Amino acid sequence: MKNKQEPGMTLIVKTITRLTVGLILLYGIYIVLHGHISPGGGFAGGVIIALSFIHLMLAFGKDVALKKLSQPVASFFESIGALMFLSIALLGLFGGYFFFNFFVNKGEPFSLFSAGTIPLSNIAICFKVGAGLFAIFMALVLFKGTGKDK
Amino acid sequence: MIEYILCLALFCIGLYCVLRKRNIIKIVIGLGIIEYAINLLFVLTSYRMNSRAPVLDKGVVITNMVDPLPHALVLTNIVIGLAVTALIVAIAIRLYEKYGTFDITKIRKLRG
Amino acid sequence: MVLGAIVAVEIEDLLSSVIAVGAVGLALSMGFLILKAPDLAIVQLVVEILCIIILIRATIKKDLSIIKNGRWFFNTFSTLLFIFCFLVFAYFALKELPSFGEPIMRVAKEYIRQGLSKTGATNIVSSIILDFRGYDTLGEATVLFTAVIGVLAIMRKVGRINEK
Repeated sequence: MKNKQEPGMTLIVKTITRLTVGLILLYGIYIVLHGHISPGGGFAGGVIIALSFIHLMLAFGKDVALKKLSQPVASFFESIGALMFLSIALLGLFGGYFFFNFFVNKGEPFSLFSAGTIPLSNIAICFKVGAGLFAIFMALVLFKGTGKDK
Repeated sequence: MIEYILCLALFCIGLYCVLRKRNIIKIVIGLGIIEYAINLLFVLTSYRMNSRAPVLDKGVVITNMVDPLPHALVLTNIVIGLAVTALIVAIAIRLYEKYGTFDITKIRKLRG
Repeated sequence: MVLGAIVAVEIEDLLSSVIAVGAVGLALSMGFLILKAPDLAIVQLVVEILCIIILIRATIKKDLSIIKNGRWFFNTFSTLLFIFCFLVFAYFALKELPSFGEPIMRVAKEYIRQGLSKTGATNIVSSIILDFRGYDTLGEATVLFTAVIGVLAIMRKVGRINEK
């Protein structure tokens, strides 16, 4: 803790974080998009994306991370995810029942654009889980910051 | 059969922790251990000898596959467990702010 | 894993206890990988990291006096009674479970047979949770949404001053 005037941890942690945050975010996006081909899916990818932002916040202090993704934006993304998932479910009603996989041409297997509505649902769940967990963590951190005067 | 018995032992440790300890964080840990035991039980019931993971492969016809239905149920359960843990921890922090301790018996005494 | 759980329960220091729970979770993740469930292994690993971060957030920076356990008689007796009841029920339940290595697969057979042709996804678990059993995932999303709202409402600063 040599540089106490700057928020966050030491120089080593900051440098390594600057290198690795992008890779973690990219890995999360890869897991989400390939959720219907390889193991993974919306839950794991969403949690990994939330972890990348939490990593940023732990290393650099809360101001830098809040500049990237503030709390209203997180709430907005979470609502968008929920509405997207529900609308995909409702669109299936055109085919006859809830959660109907309404694309006629499913695409060939083992390619990225296949499997009808499943990638869309994966992306929706990814938004929802990532933004929701980040909002939970941010609520805990902000409470610790402001509750000291009590 | 020995796997089921180890899983039950894990459950019993979690139950002992929840009922016996007086610290709120220890109670949260006990709930987490119980959740692990239940997930492990579900996955153990779905295992099949000499089988493959439930992912289809290119050009290979798979006849022997693990039961994928408990995997889906457990996948849902893990994320719900995380949400419940976060909620309990939030309540615990608020209780610490109000009473200054994590001890449940002292909280009860202060209230009465 | 059982040893890790015993250490996690019995150790005095809270931070060491939380780290022992992390060890239990990682062992569980490896167990999922051995039991041929790669999806669950990934999710369990990642969720465990986040859970440890939240628990450490709760325990750190508080001058925790080590709370001695209450050793009164009634608590011990009731704990042993509950564990005994659970073991009795578990003994009857163990006889009904399928033996290890031979699952029942009454429903899942249809899912595996028709999964590729109906959904087009090659990951069967993904096709189950998002297509065949979409209602489960919808309910899970609702639970997560409720948890987020609950945390935000508990941790709120405004409106708590009037209470004191």
